[in-house]
Amino acid sequence: MNASTLPTTLESPESWQVAGPQLRTATEESTWVRWLLVGSTLTFLTLVLFVPLAAIFAEALRKGWAAYFASFNNPNFWSAVKLSFLATGISVPANLIFGVAASWAIAKFDFRGKSLLITLIDLPFAVSPVVSGLIYVLLFGMTGWLGPWLSSHNIQIIFAVPGIVLATIFVTFPFVARELIPLMQEQGSEEEQAAVSLGANGWQTFFRVTLPNVKWALLYGVILSTARAMGEFGAVSVVSGHIRGKTNTLPLHIEVLYNEYNFVAAFAVASLLTLLALVTLVLKTTLEWRIQRDLEEAAKSE
Amino acid sequence: MSKNFAKRQVLPGFGITMGYTVTYLSLIVLVPLAALFLKSAGLGVADFWKAVSSPRVVASYKLTFGASLVAATINAIFGFVVAWTLVRYKFPGKRIIDAMIDLPFALPTAVSGIALTAVYSSHGWFGQYLEPLGIKVAYTPIGITLALVFIGLPFVVRTLQPALADLERESEEAAASLGANRFQTFTRVILPTILPALLTGFALSLARAIGEYGSVVFISGNMPMRTEITSLLIISKLEQYDTAGAAAISVVMLIASFGLLLSINLLQHLAGRRYQGAL
Repeated sequence: MNASTLPTTLESPESWQVAGPQLRTATEESTWVRWLLVGSTLTFLTLVLFVPLAAIFAEALRKGWAAYFASFNNPNFWSAVKLSFLATGISVPANLIFGVAASWAIAKFDFRGKSLLITLIDLPFAVSPVVSGLIYVLLFGMTGWLGPWLSSHNIQIIFAVPGIVLATIFVTFPFVARELIPLMQEQGSEEEQAAVSLGANGWQTFFRVTLPNVKWALLYGVILSTARAMGEFGAVSVVSGHIRGKTNTLPLHIEVLYNEYNFVAAFAVASLLTLLALVTLVLKTTLEWRIQRDLEEAAKSE
Repeated sequence: MSKNFAKRQVLPGFGITMGYTVTYLSLIVLVPLAALFLKSAGLGVADFWKAVSSPRVVASYKLTFGASLVAATINAIFGFVVAWTLVRYKFPGKRIIDAMIDLPFALPTAVSGIALTAVYSSHGWFGQYLEPLGIKVAYTPIGITLALVFIGLPFVVRTLQPALADLERESEEAAASLGANRFQTFTRVILPTILPALLTGFALSLARAIGEYGSVVFISGNMPMRTEITSLLIISKLEQYDTAGAAAISVVMLIASFGLLLSINLLQHLAGRRYQGAL
């Protein structure tokens, strides 16, 4: 062993290659261990992730492209598309406004009970999907607290569109807030204070100073909420009542088709949601490094 | 406190944003959750106990918690291997694989459910070879566990990755220079350092698994006493107009997940970092 093979390679990531011709240093695993670990990773992910992913498209195209496209020529499919877009279109902006308000109050001001408030905002993530739907049934259903009053005024929330929207709002509730709060806390409020002392009003300060600083994190939260809102199943299933052409969202439409053994159509609709999920992953990965950069800049300027 | 006072004077909008936050939070989250607790409290102690401890309900707890524990353990082991491989080694396709780890987050649960069932049922790509070996996956507890492994994997990988990336190579070098072999370095230096992150990932994966519904119902077969998970049981209680019973079982599940959340927060306090992913 001469000096040139010694620690110079330690720091460089090249020395961590699976099959490197170079000598192994003391902080590396032997070649066979590396191959074993990489092999296990690829095998495990193939069995659990990649094969099921491929199966969605294979099943959708089992009877050819004509049968695939015929699956979308169905009024119930289009009403499910409309309802999913409607629920997403209401819940994502609603939670966006909430997320911005909450992060402004939490990150720019000091008050007692702040960590309790943050915990309460995260609460919907700890509630299982079915329970998330059930709480609205208990509140607005026929046997619920407000049920008799609502039915005497001819307002239907459960087994109708408003219930679906509410359940979707609940399951996507924390996404925007939990992206914005840590970033805005890290960024502090010096820039906003400068803007205000130079005569900007609250809205100008927010739109010209705060928003440009957090736009990527905000977009990230919106993308995650959109994906969840389009795909939510459990919570929406409890409040929907499965009325065909009326209260079925896309995932519920898939369930109906699947339970009718109409597998090609079920997987065809599933393939659309899968493509949406893949687009979500691409956007998410792209945004992650931008947010990382924002965080690093905020840490540097402190 | 003087800094706090100054801030409050300079920046506008505290009253309106705080008021909006608390009102919206109360209307959407707190009041409906309170309704759940009130509804089950209306049962009285004896009826509540009867609702949450009937044999069919207990069988569903055993299945749900058992399968969730097994799935979280499998995820802890393989999630560690995956995270280690992604952080330390280079191999072709690594960036794509890294991005794909989040697929279970992005894919609607119903889609995951039918996809896993298609692959592992008796006519599926893998199921047709497993069945002759006497391994039935779909419509058994194995299938339920498989679905829970699928949806829980990103939690372990995403909590471990930053912890592994932050590991100081110096301590590994020190261990090696003091005569430790690679295995000893791993068990005595690396593992203790990343243990809080590993446990956090395990607990997050467990918490998600206990409440999971969409990906499980298609592969589970849903037979009472045998393959009926607690979430599904809540729905069937509801369909039989037993709302109080459904509420009571939900309270048990909520307490279980709040307990887990509390221990996760404690672990993160120990590990000094907040998990940034999304459930």
